[in-house]
Parts: sequence; structure tokens; C-alpha cells
Amino acid sequence: MSMSQAVDKIPNGPGAAAILAAGIGCAMVGILAFAAEASKPLANTLNFYNPTGPLSGKTTVAIIVWLAAWFVLSRLWQNRSVAMAPVNVAAFILLGVGFLLTFPPFWAIFLGAR
Amino acid sequence: MEITTHDFFTALHGMGFGALFMLAFSGALVELYRLSSPGAPSQMSARGQQLLGFYLAAMVILAWLTVLSGTYQIYPWYRAVPPTGVGDLAEYPRRLLLSSGKTSQWHNLGMEWKEHAGWLAPIAITMVAYVTMKYGRAIIQHRNMRVAVLGFAVAAFAATGIAGAFGAFLNKYAPVKGGQVIILMGEGK
Repeated sequence: MSMSQAVDKIPNGPGAAAILAAGIGCAMVGILAFAAEASKPLANTLNFYNPTGPLSGKTTVAIIVWLAAWFVLSRLWQNRSVAMAPVNVAAFILLGVGFLLTFPPFWAIFLGAR
Repeated sequence: MEITTHDFFTALHGMGFGALFMLAFSGALVELYRLSSPGAPSQMSARGQQLLGFYLAAMVILAWLTVLSGTYQIYPWYRAVPPTGVGDLAEYPRRLLLSSGKTSQWHNLGMEWKEHAGWLAPIAITMVAYVTMKYGRAIIQHRNMRVAVLGFAVAAFAATGIAGAFGAFLNKYAPVKGGQVIILMGEGK
């Protein structure tokens, strides 16, 4: 059996899980960047490694959320075929949230000029 | 001819990992498009798919090395706080940039965006590599999946571009300096 024949039978669930989880991970980077900018106590809480400051916590938490989401979605969709269009829409919206919330001029809209 | 440890690690982060990762996108995007395009003139062989898998795995490693070295090796030097009474801020890039209205936005916009947006790239490219390796040529049967793979690959490229471009400018206006001196060659004439 050729490689392509073997993979032809893979349901789209595992791919969908990876795609949606990547969107969640990207959004988490943006959400935590914005939230830490808005809240000094949160920024202090996210200061996991002092030389790097809150960036260490923001990225560590985002990575944990991304991997946890990937694990859970993979288990749920392991052998299933899911509707990819809504997954894609959600993943691209989450990716957009990630980009938007890491953009400092966007923070200024809500938090004022810095 | 000499270099400091801070210069060396900054170059390794930016040129050794980051720039190499960015350069790899040209090949990756073409191959991903070729793999997933329904109208591709010829099917990619099993060996071709395996090579693409290795190529993307190397990109994933480079992406993670770039963000981890940047966040945990270079960034602490960038944001170091000068001791009280220090007038020369050359070894304290963040404070140097913020000390003047002409350069403060390089930190407030450039560094703040770079340090966060850069982290989108390894997440996105890890997904791209995983899905590509798992599905191979069979991805042509999943239109939305190949749209997502190509879209996230382009997003990873954009995030890397943001981080790389601001990194280059920041290193021009407030380079990370200091560390031990490594002598590469003896004195010239």
C-alpha cells in the first residue's frame, strides 16, 4: 500500500484539532499580552522568571493552553470527521485576535496613549 | 577582531535562527502550495513528502529556538535596569530608547509588538508541519484544511517578518551590548 493510499483514510478530526488549537494558542498570546498591559497585578502574577518579566508567564500560559486544547480536541476528534468550515472560521478569527491584541496601538484604544 | 558574548548570542538569535527560519519560508510556501494544489501537474512522491516533512520539522525547531533564545537569552539583557546613578545607558537598550521622545516608540511599538507577535510563528508553523506530515498529499481531499495550512503558514511568515524587521531596527538604534569579550583574531595593522 502506498503512503498516499494509507493516509487517504485518515479522518479530518486530528487535523481540525491541530488547526483550532493553533488558533486558540495564538489568541491566548494576544489576550494575555493585552490583559497584562491592562492589569498590573496580572502582569506581576505572570512574572514567572524575573529577568524576562511578565513575558515569561504570558507565553508559558499561552503554550500550556494551546497544548491542552490540542490534546483535548485530539481526543474528542481522533476518529471523527468534523465540519471543517466552522473550525476554519473559528481558527482564523482566533488568529486575527492574536495579531490584533499583540498590536500596541490597538491597546491604546482601550487603555489610552502610552 | 573581537566580539562580545552579548553580540554573539544576539547574532545567533537573529541571524542564526530567525533569519534562517524566515528564509526557509520561500521554499516551504511553494512546496505547501504544490502539495495541496488540486491542479498540481504531478503528484509529490512519497520521498518528496518525506523531505518536505524534514524541511518543516527543521523550520519548527528553528522557530522555537528563535523565540526561546530571544525571550530567555536576549530579552533580559535588553530590559536590564541600570544601577542608580548610571548616566551612560548604552548597555541598557530599553532605558536608552525610552530616554528620548525620538526613540521611545521603537520600544513602545516595536519591541512590544515584536516580543508578542513573534510567538505566533512557532505555534502556527508547528500546526502546519503536523498537519502536512499527517495528511501528505491526501490533504487535497480536505479543501478547508489546506486553506488553513496555507493561511497559518502565511501568518507565521508575517509574524516572523514583524519580529525580524523590528529586531533589526532595534539592534540599530539600541543594540544589546556588553558581556565578555571573545577575541576572534589578533590585532591587524
